[in-house]
Amino acid sequence: MRDIKRRRVLQILGATPAVAALAFTEAEAEQAATQAQSARRAAAAAGTAYKPKFFTASEYATVVVLADLIIPKDDRSGSASDAGAPEFVDHIVNVQAERQVAARGGLKWLDTESLKRFDKTFVQATDAQRRLILDDIAFPEKADKRFSHGVRFFSGLRDLVAAGFWSSKIGVKDLGYQGNVPNVWDGAPQAVLDKLGVKYDA
Amino acid sequence: MQVIKSPKVYDVAIVGSGAGGGTAAKVLTEAGADVVLLEGGPMWDSAKDGKMFAWNYDSMNRGWGGDKKPFGEFDGCVGGWEIEGEPYTIGNGNWRWFRGRALGGRTNHWGRISLRFGPDDFRGKTRDGYGDDWPISYDDIKPYYDKLDEFVGIFGTNHAKDTGLHNEPDGIFLPPPKPRHHELLIKQACDKLKIPVVPSRLSILTKAHNGRAACHYCGQCGRGCATHSNFSSTSVMIPPALKTGKLTILANAMAREVITNDEGLATGISYVDSVKLTEHQVRAKAVVLAASCCESARLLLNSKSTRHPGGLANSSGVVGKYLTDSTGLNVSGFIPKLMDVPRYNSDGVGGMHLYVPWWGDNKALGFPRGYHIELGGGFGMPGYGFGGGIQNYPQSRGGGYGKDLKDEYRRYYGAFVSLSGRGEQVSSENCYCEIDPNVVDKYGIPVLRFNHTWSDTERLQAKHMQETFRSIITEMGGTPTTAMPTKEQDYGLAVGGLIIHEAGATRMGNDAKTSALNRNCQAHDAKNVFVCDGGPFTSQADKNLTWTIMALAWRTSEHIADERKKGNI
Repeated sequence: MRDIKRRRVLQILGATPAVAALAFTEAEAEQAATQAQSARRAAAAAGTAYKPKFFTASEYATVVVLADLIIPKDDRSGSASDAGAPEFVDHIVNVQAERQVAARGGLKWLDTESLKRFDKTFVQATDAQRRLILDDIAFPEKADKRFSHGVRFFSGLRDLVAAGFWSSKIGVKDLGYQGNVPNVWDGAPQAVLDKLGVKYDA
Repeated sequence: MQVIKSPKVYDVAIVGSGAGGGTAAKVLTEAGADVVLLEGGPMWDSAKDGKMFAWNYDSMNRGWGGDKKPFGEFDGCVGGWEIEGEPYTIGNGNWRWFRGRALGGRTNHWGRISLRFGPDDFRGKTRDGYGDDWPISYDDIKPYYDKLDEFVGIFGTNHAKDTGLHNEPDGIFLPPPKPRHHELLIKQACDKLKIPVVPSRLSILTKAHNGRAACHYCGQCGRGCATHSNFSSTSVMIPPALKTGKLTILANAMAREVITNDEGLATGISYVDSVKLTEHQVRAKAVVLAASCCESARLLLNSKSTRHPGGLANSSGVVGKYLTDSTGLNVSGFIPKLMDVPRYNSDGVGGMHLYVPWWGDNKALGFPRGYHIELGGGFGMPGYGFGGGIQNYPQSRGGGYGKDLKDEYRRYYGAFVSLSGRGEQVSSENCYCEIDPNVVDKYGIPVLRFNHTWSDTERLQAKHMQETFRSIITEMGGTPTTAMPTKEQDYGLAVGGLIIHEAGATRMGNDAKTSALNRNCQAHDAKNVFVCDGGPFTSQADKNLTWTIMALAWRTSEHIADERKKGNI
């Protein structure tokens, strides 16, 4: 059952580059390329790299897409999936039973919303379409009440993705955490004291 | 089922190997006593079992510890508020009971905050009419604080001299570490508000001391220190006791009850092997209970006999009563000035470098007892929970996703401080633990039922904490991350037991009708039964209790040694 599902997902993902061929504006081409890139990552994750313990392959593909929308690659460090954040999300939901219904249901809510709007699942939707949905659920204070369930789901997922990303080797390096090594303590550097306008007693 | 009885009669049997039990083992063995030490959990050695220098990314949990490790996956304490097969129940109010289950108990991960109680803290009732006075004074216990400072090693300064506060005794100190950057910023704000900020006092070695290496500033004391550079019973108290050749450790020995003879005196301990589930008895001429405040009370209450129908040492009926925890609440603040601070290794020692002793005048404040403030912040190791709830961060974009969000996580890293209040709960007969008549644990030992509620003396103190912490954060140009809680929410007070400073359940006193133990922590009802944990405390203080547990255990153990010499035990 799971294998069949996975094959189907891979078929869907495999089809995405074809979308690029139909694109005719530069912006759409770029969007499609990004989409293809994340699809490849999702395929890699759903395939050999990591076998999800809780999520089905199609759910996990959605988690990977969402994770990289939440924390994309930039000029300082890689993306959430580069750092293994989706694996962390799957692991935590797997070991914390109280999260499971909300996680599965939240992904289903997202797909339903996407199907309603675009007649495509979230993974099938274009990058621009995905962002239209996220814009409605990513800002709890501003969000319309009718999206409250999506808001709740996304806030929870964002927290897990962030923890998974920033606690990874890539994330730790990006943040510049320098501890967890034997050290000689002589207080904060002068540059830090100067920035804050504080000093040590003479 | 057969009970396996040890043929040997030890001089002293100690139940529990944490702060009190470890100290008793050291002092008693060095005084020549043959000691057997019972520990409910397994052996534990920070050099072997500790997780120093592990990275959160070494584990899929990224540091999340669940119920088994509530202080994080790599925490050095085996145990928690919930232990499988070892329930407790709640009567009136609420309570959470943290238990350590390994050699060294909770000292394997404690905060190392090593404060002496001051002279006023031993005579609360005389001062303001609340609670009761101790049967001993600061002068009685001072020599033992001195011995502890000297033997264990502790950094700090003379707070009375720093601040002019008379209830902050001096001690014998190693040099304190320089403050971290955010601590200096907190101090700057506190200076303006006339709140004293002084170097903290932690039992962490800033210089090599008594054969133990100096701290290497990885900030991970809670995981267990492989170089024994901080205090834990396993690193500091048990080794010299073992060196005497007089100490026998029984690990996985879960005490069931104290066995007494026809004269009502203790003759040993009955225990269950927590791994094999076999039943045992070990015999001894004297018994020291150091199983933790509530666990020792439970043992006494479960040790019923014809001579002690209400439980051992309980003719007064006070065993289990006057149970207190420190009051506790935290307020975090977002401090814009701390954004974009150049990164450096701010780990330092495993705890705060600066501390706020109680500075208020209670007579002018409308609540009787004070609190201290513990400071937090800096660039910690990112782990489970990092960046959680970013949509609620003050002055943030309110959530979102993508590159802007990613950058926001970076900018907020290290931009928060936390202020934690830890104060004195006035002891009361209405806060107590008792044996639940209906429930046993997996060993068949009747469990405790807790009854604990806060009263207005604590609520008003908590209100003062909230207002003070918020004013400090505002003075720093920051914003508290939470709204001020209401009176109905106890102003944010943590549920009793969450601060893990239980005390008072076997309290000392000069009157055998209103106390379980005399001024030497010796049972009024059985001269060879002693308690060496937080149980004997007649009151809490605005200071953490471990240093006093150990000083008192040292004093009690010397008394036992003296009584042995005199042939009284």
